[in-house]
Amino acid sequence: MSTFLQNLKELTHYRSAIFGLFVILGLVVWAIYAVVAVPYDQAIQLWRGGEEIWGDYPKNVPPQWSAIFSGKNLPTTIVLNSRQGGEIRKESQEVADDMRTVDITMPFHYPFDDFPNEINLFLESKFQQRKPHLNIFWRTPDGRQIALGEFSIGATERFALSIDQRLTRRLGGLAPEVGLFADPATVKEGAKPVSLKGKYELVIEGLVFEKGSDIDAKLVLYGQVHGLAGTDHRRRDIMIALLWGAPIALAFGFLAAVGSTLLSFSLAAIGSWFGGWVDGLIQRLTEVNVILPVLPILILIGTFYSRSIWVILGVVILLSIFSLSIKVYRSMFLQVKELPYIEAARAYGANDLRLVFRYMMPKVLPVLIPSFVTLIPSYVFLEASLAVLGLGDPVLPTWGKVLNDAYSNGALYKGMYYWVLEPAMLLMVTGLGFATVGFALDRIFNPRLREV
Amino acid sequence: MTTEVLTQQAAPRSRVGIRLPDTLTRILRYTLYRGVALFITVVVGVYLTVLIANMGGYLDTIRMAQIREAAGMIVLTDPQLQALPPSELRQRIDEIAAIEIQRLRLDQPFFIRSLDYLTDALTLTLGRAEHLSSDSGSRQVRLIIFERLPATILLFATGNLTLFFTSVFVALYLSRRYGSLLDKMVIALAPTSAPPGWFYGIFLILIFASLLRLLPFGGMVDAPPPETVPEYVLSLIRHMILPVTAIIINAIFNSIYNWRTFFLIYSSEDYVELAKAKGLSSRAIERRYILRPTLPPIVTSFAFTLIFLWQGAIILETVFTWPGLGRLLYQAVSIFDVPVIVGSVVLIAYLLAITVFLLDIVYAILDPRVKVGGERRV
Repeated sequence: MSTFLQNLKELTHYRSAIFGLFVILGLVVWAIYAVVAVPYDQAIQLWRGGEEIWGDYPKNVPPQWSAIFSGKNLPTTIVLNSRQGGEIRKESQEVADDMRTVDITMPFHYPFDDFPNEINLFLESKFQQRKPHLNIFWRTPDGRQIALGEFSIGATERFALSIDQRLTRRLGGLAPEVGLFADPATVKEGAKPVSLKGKYELVIEGLVFEKGSDIDAKLVLYGQVHGLAGTDHRRRDIMIALLWGAPIALAFGFLAAVGSTLLSFSLAAIGSWFGGWVDGLIQRLTEVNVILPVLPILILIGTFYSRSIWVILGVVILLSIFSLSIKVYRSMFLQVKELPYIEAARAYGANDLRLVFRYMMPKVLPVLIPSFVTLIPSYVFLEASLAVLGLGDPVLPTWGKVLNDAYSNGALYKGMYYWVLEPAMLLMVTGLGFATVGFALDRIFNPRLREV
Repeated sequence: MTTEVLTQQAAPRSRVGIRLPDTLTRILRYTLYRGVALFITVVVGVYLTVLIANMGGYLDTIRMAQIREAAGMIVLTDPQLQALPPSELRQRIDEIAAIEIQRLRLDQPFFIRSLDYLTDALTLTLGRAEHLSSDSGSRQVRLIIFERLPATILLFATGNLTLFFTSVFVALYLSRRYGSLLDKMVIALAPTSAPPGWFYGIFLILIFASLLRLLPFGGMVDAPPPETVPEYVLSLIRHMILPVTAIIINAIFNSIYNWRTFFLIYSSEDYVELAKAKGLSSRAIERRYILRPTLPPIVTSFAFTLIFLWQGAIILETVFTWPGLGRLLYQAVSIFDVPVIVGSVVLIAYLLAITVFLLDIVYAILDPRVKVGGERRV
């Protein structure tokens, strides 16, 4: 045991291994943070959520820190709700029997250099028979007033300003999210307009025709950047998947590596100890397994049966038990088998299983450690590969699934690099972290490599 | 893998005149033995694949549906039967289908049926694809698959051969300059082989296609394909640069590192020291005393690289939209074309077996100790 610890201490002599150890430590901390900050059920619920959860998030926008590269103060999302109070005022006045005005004024400060990505106005009303009538205005800092529309509304209504054709025409052909914020002095043929900073106001003049009838509004000015990781095509915050990808990747990689290494290690020990047909069978199965196309079989299973990550994990372990490493371990066990201490143990009457598990295996166990560490990233990438092929777990948010979403939505063609780079960098760092430690361990536990 | 090959100590033997007939019979016997053994393993592998694909009853449903469709065609296009009422027509269809099902032994127990499927899969008699079709318009699974094979072979042969020869020669060079800056760099870069090839593919596409717009995003030739041969070849090469680079970047540092470690270990053997003491040129030492005994493990290791790459092909081709076997499998998976999925898996199993087989023969030629069936066993 003490030599084992000494060996581990030796790891710190390798600079790359120190980097790797830090990466692994960082990943573990990250994974623990993810599990604590966003519990499992909540993460799944968020990731599978639709409009009701992600409605106020911008679509396909890069993370906030990417604004550094553009050198501009890019807009973040602004949400104004008539229920939230504060500067937002809602006033009501009796006009006639059962008829009231409901005026909502939503002032806000716009300090950004660029225009919002999209503008939506969500309207809600309470009424029995007669629908409330609305007249909506937009007031700019320089005192202009732009009519946005006049109409009756149902119980819930979504007024997508950005795709309103009449509004576009009224704004002289400019897209509403640009036209409403553009400085009129900069609106010229062929030039990109500049945003006008200052205090804007959205005014809703409503008229309700029943007692107890009411109107509420929510204005969402979607930003051009969002959070630490940006958002995807379904407006989801990619951060959720980046966070949860770590514990899933680590769990998958670790369990697959432990499962497959320990099982093939035990099989090699049993085979070399008993010899004869047991050994022969294990050897032949290993040869069959080399020819089995593992990835296509996983694809078959993913397509026909289950895409659950745990089923895939089980199959991965099953398929890698009879891997080529059995032959490596076997040749080591064959040497150990002839050592005097085994002879001694046999002389005092230890039975076969005791000899295999208590005497043979512990002797060769240290050799497992480097290959075990180098195996982890290969399984992490296997999971990502399956996800990229569209066979990822349907429920869990993983790095591979973010890559898959990015790929199927043409992120590289459309220049949404953050979407590809974020999960790819995390995978890369994970892979390199484990690989560097594995390489250093290989040199430590393999004395023949140490000299060269 | 390093440890595995290290355990196979191969000492060079002085060649006291080659007796060709002996060598030839040795290799022939060995080839036969390995061929039979590998064929059995392929059969076992394909049988497992068939079992997996059939557990959900997919193959059965496809075949039943095909039979019913064929029976329907026979009855409905028969002018003599057109006067019959629909219920009777349906009965006729059922009768014909039942006879056909009996003929094809679909009413047999699963074990017997699974053996039938096994022979079909092994001969790639997989009938018609459900959705996909070949470029020539055929629906035959076999044609669809074989049409894609050359693309895969072209890409992976180019990538792997380049990779193999570059890494072996760079490794030889480095083993002479052990401890130099270049050597240290290669050791430091060896862990970059942890991510798979497609992963580097994404970065390459991002840089060279997306940002710099120098090379195409994917595909095999421009659309529409160039008409003259030189233009076609040029376009093909342009499309091959990125995927081949991805294959090479992915594995090169690790394989250089592995070879170099080998060469260093073998160059500290006593017989190398002796050769040095005899005053042989370093080139001769390299060729006869280092490269020759290390060739068998190198070849084994190359075989494993190939095996992993055949499987990596599926994603690499998908990422680069390369019209090969891997992409076909991906397309078949995404539209649930079961005959094509089973066919591709079987063909990939065959390719793996052929790879192993070819390398076994090469191994037998290279390693004089392999004497299966020979009189003098070592």
